[in-house]
Amino acid sequence: MGFIRRNIKTIFLTELVSGMALTLCYMFRKKITINYPFEKGPLSPRFRGEHALRRYANGEERCIACKLCEAICPAQAITIEAEPRPDGSRRTTRYDIDMVKCIYCGLCEEACPVDAIVEGPNFEYSTENREELLYDKDKLLANGDRWETELAERLRVDAPYR
Amino acid sequence: MPKLTIDGIEIEVEPGLTVLQACEQAGIEIPRFCFHERLSIAGNCRMCLVHMERAPKPIASCAMPVGEGMVISTDTPEVRKMRKGVMEFLLINHPLDCPICDQGGECDLQDQAMGYGGDRSRYQENKRAVKDKDLGPLIKTIMTRCIHCTRCIRFATEIAGVQEMGATGRGENMEVGTYVEKALTSELSGNMIDLCPVGALTSKPYAFTARSWELVKTESIDVLDAVGSNIRVDTRGAEVMRILPRLHEDVNEEWISDKTRFACDGLKRQRLDQPYVKRDGKLSPATWDEAFAAIAERLKGVDGKKVAALAGDLADCEAMMALKDLMAAIGSPHIDCRQDGAKLDPAARAGYLFNTTIAGIEHADACLLIGTNPRLEAPVLNARLRKRFLMGKFPIAAVGPHQDLTYDYDHLGDGVEILKSIANGRHDFAKVLKSAGKAMLILGQGALARRDGAEILGLAREIAESRGMINDKIGWNGFNVLHTAAARVGGMDLGFVPGNGGRDTEAIVAGAGDGAIDVLYLLGADEIDMAGLGEAFVIYQGHHGDAGAHRADVILPGAAYTEKNATYVNTEGRVQRTRLAAFPPGEAREDWTIIRALSAVLGHTLAFDDARMLRARMVGANSAFIKVDGITPATWKPFGRNGETGTSALTSPINNFYMTDPISRASETMARCSDVRLGAKKDKTGTDG
Repeated sequence: MGFIRRNIKTIFLTELVSGMALTLCYMFRKKITINYPFEKGPLSPRFRGEHALRRYANGEERCIACKLCEAICPAQAITIEAEPRPDGSRRTTRYDIDMVKCIYCGLCEEACPVDAIVEGPNFEYSTENREELLYDKDKLLANGDRWETELAERLRVDAPYR
Repeated sequence: MPKLTIDGIEIEVEPGLTVLQACEQAGIEIPRFCFHERLSIAGNCRMCLVHMERAPKPIASCAMPVGEGMVISTDTPEVRKMRKGVMEFLLINHPLDCPICDQGGECDLQDQAMGYGGDRSRYQENKRAVKDKDLGPLIKTIMTRCIHCTRCIRFATEIAGVQEMGATGRGENMEVGTYVEKALTSELSGNMIDLCPVGALTSKPYAFTARSWELVKTESIDVLDAVGSNIRVDTRGAEVMRILPRLHEDVNEEWISDKTRFACDGLKRQRLDQPYVKRDGKLSPATWDEAFAAIAERLKGVDGKKVAALAGDLADCEAMMALKDLMAAIGSPHIDCRQDGAKLDPAARAGYLFNTTIAGIEHADACLLIGTNPRLEAPVLNARLRKRFLMGKFPIAAVGPHQDLTYDYDHLGDGVEILKSIANGRHDFAKVLKSAGKAMLILGQGALARRDGAEILGLAREIAESRGMINDKIGWNGFNVLHTAAARVGGMDLGFVPGNGGRDTEAIVAGAGDGAIDVLYLLGADEIDMAGLGEAFVIYQGHHGDAGAHRADVILPGAAYTEKNATYVNTEGRVQRTRLAAFPPGEAREDWTIIRALSAVLGHTLAFDDARMLRARMVGANSAFIKVDGITPATWKPFGRNGETGTSALTSPINNFYMTDPISRASETMARCSDVRLGAKKDKTGTDG
């Protein structure tokens, strides 16, 4: 019996037809691929992308050089040096992240007591050489200034779950 | 011996201990803030509350002496609740600024809040804020963080002996500070930073620069005075970030002087990091080979008798041993380690040691200070004298400078003739010394580094012998020389002194001036008269660009005390070793290796290839070097000279405590301190500052 059925399938090309039918049916379904550089998928507010150092609304940098992010960083990608600023407050003189070492675990963000270092939604920061991926404080603060609206919104949305 | 039960453990402890100490002996930790072993008991933080059977309320274990049959429980739900409550009260007015606090990571309050406190605050009202006090250039205050344990007040009053700290106001209005706004005038003030259980008092030079967890800790020895305080050097990368004391009951207990603690920023400035050779009257950078070649060139054909070497105050024993052997190979007897010209007698070891030992001060019954100001020359040793003074029945008299030593003493005058009348028993204090069972005298470098130093040394020996300070029956030796240089005793022990027909420091400098000495090797010697060296060819080996390097024709960069494993002998003859905490900068090398390499270039290759062989050579030179961290007692022998003494007044060799050596002179912190402490005497106009 099995022998006959198999031969009939072979003769009438049923498997090929059902395969083609499936393909044809996908042609009429809604597309799940996107036209990437022009279209983008949704991102979770917890997405861990490029780092940024945030500022307070009055322009004062948030980072207080507590070095908790440096301590917790499992990849040891963060380097901080600090000294008293002329006004006596505790601030960093150097805040480097080696984005090549970074494993994007987000622990620095978790450790930060003042929400200064955050991982933003940006993931499009590929560079042509490694040196450009060694971020310093200016670069991180500039990131913060550029993304501030979005960063603040992400934190607001995520706050109830923390 | 009272017997008590703690958490079911029966334990017998010495009478007079507190319940807290008894718990500690039983292996139970009691949280505490105000209690400290070396300070009086205050009992005001209430953190150490425990439960005692038949007591109507919980007891503060730090203030309760042990009694027979006490039954203590330290881990009942009730005790835990009490601790939680006390912690909550302490945290009411404590700011939550741990992330910006320098104490963060090594804070008693942080640790104990984690261990014994609750997990959330119920306090909704406003916290109090306190104005910060200005305690000078060393201590930074954030008084809002203060929990009023009063450890700093008790330290200043009891150990440091300056009644400057205190508290004003009561209850919530209590404020700790100096009554009048001024810098602390203690040489031990830095210890308050260690004592403070919170971040109210922190180190000003170290402020915000590092976290405790990123520091590499190296146990080492201090060399900025001759006490040889045990220290811990904290480094980050190649940089020494801070220096903390290490416990050594026989030397520094747990205190160190401000110079020891804060002069470490001098290690980063004015460093010699590569060899220099003088070409056309100007020092220019060179390689090691060029520097050695320049020395070999100059030494060619020079008679060994026209070469001399001086060792400075920070030179280590390894380097001095190597240099001594090199000079012997060259054929020069002109070596000296007493660059201040102190007339110490190398033949009798008892004549240049602090024979009583520092811990032995506590057993003394009377003390005579001769030409010394221990407060400036060895603050930690002075704290020991004060400790003995506070125990009572300890008459102290001084012949020499009349300054505040933090304890009461009779100032007998500053003339040498007073010593004579004490020696022959006519002076009143001579009777006091005679009647004391264990009398001691401390002879300072101020009395020895003068023309009649040898006669004064002999006079001091006479006093010691005639006043019964040397008593072999009870093993008491009350004759003490207080050194100011860490290298001095080591140099004397190794025999880094003029050989047969050799010149001493004074004669070497004079010889260099008149051409009798052609080549002078300075091993970190900076305190001699550089202008008087004439045309001599000066080789300077050291780590700082100080006076010696300015005069030098060839500079060989060496290592500072935090950058080498080196042996030092403190004033009591205790052999101790420093440990390498950071590598020397640039081309600089460990000192003995430089001399060993130079010896090969000069064709007098020294007979050791590594530190082990060199140390064996040192033991060969003096068996005292066999015992690291041990003291080999010296046998009593005659030393010094009888003869006419001068009439000039006895003084202390140190005027500015904060600047005594190349490291502290290069330190910015020390410069600020000496400005505050010495500049205050100058008249200032209203527009100043």
